[in-house]
Amino acid sequence: MEQLITTIAKAIVDHPDEVKVNREEKKGEIVYTLSVHQDDIGKVIGKQGRIAKAIRTVVYAAASGKSMRVTLKIND
Amino acid sequence: MREITSTGQTVEDAVKKALKELNVEQEQVDIRIIDEGKKGLFGIFGQKPAIVHVKLKETSELTGALLKWNENTDLNPLDEAKNFLEQVIKEMGITASVDIKLEEKTAYFNIKGENLAILIGKRGQTLNSLQYLTQLVANKTSTDYVPIILDAENYREKRRETLTQLAVKLADKVVKTNKEFSLEPMPSFERKIIHSTLMEDERVQTYSVGTEPNRYVVIAPK
Repeated sequence: MEQLITTIAKAIVDHPDEVKVNREEKKGEIVYTLSVHQDDIGKVIGKQGRIAKAIRTVVYAAASGKSMRVTLKIND
Repeated sequence: MREITSTGQTVEDAVKKALKELNVEQEQVDIRIIDEGKKGLFGIFGQKPAIVHVKLKETSELTGALLKWNENTDLNPLDEAKNFLEQVIKEMGITASVDIKLEEKTAYFNIKGENLAILIGKRGQTLNSLQYLTQLVANKTSTDYVPIILDAENYREKRRETLTQLAVKLADKVVKTNKEFSLEPMPSFERKIIHSTLMEDERVQTYSVGTEPNRYVVIAPK
């Protein structure tokens, strides 16, 4: 799952080297936190959060078969 | 360069010159003859060159643009987009391949494989998200905008039929109740299906409300 989030983020930002994904387990839930270069935050969020929403939709679809709930946070 | 006016001793000459200049084949262009030219008396008096206007056809305009991208960088945006999409699908744990077809000015990406329901999602929302992200990747490497349509298991066509039937049904309901009806949010290309289905219907009007990605169609009595 980290790999999927990384692939998507790296493809749409200007500083792919600074894409980081952190994984944390909290009360039966997995929280992934995506961090990108300061100038790329808009690129992963988009107008009205449109890009963030698209990334989440894809990530949650991939996680739909898993037993644990998955959340994707974006560090801004 | 997408169109050019060229001259020559004969029409054939002028066309040949234009094709060479544009670096394309005759099938890829529309040719308009402006002047057929005159050979003139003894080849001296009253001689007039042939003039033609040669324009790249719509489809080859896209191909031309792609060729141009290839020249400028090693990255073809559609290849980039395809690699991206294949990688994402793989990392979602799904085995599938992607075919690209260019039609008019749109690139159609068809995902082929088994068990693609996860890629489509509820009302196509996963497919639409993948389409949006793929579009972003393509446009990052290119200056010209190429619309990308993603499809899997013929979902787009089925969805078109569903939306067309829904639109007709809802129009009847709106007329019967004389009350406007708001549909759920949809991406622009799906809203367009509703609008164009009801364009000819004299009893109702349609318009879109809200901002993306929550923009939705309203069907109202006229």
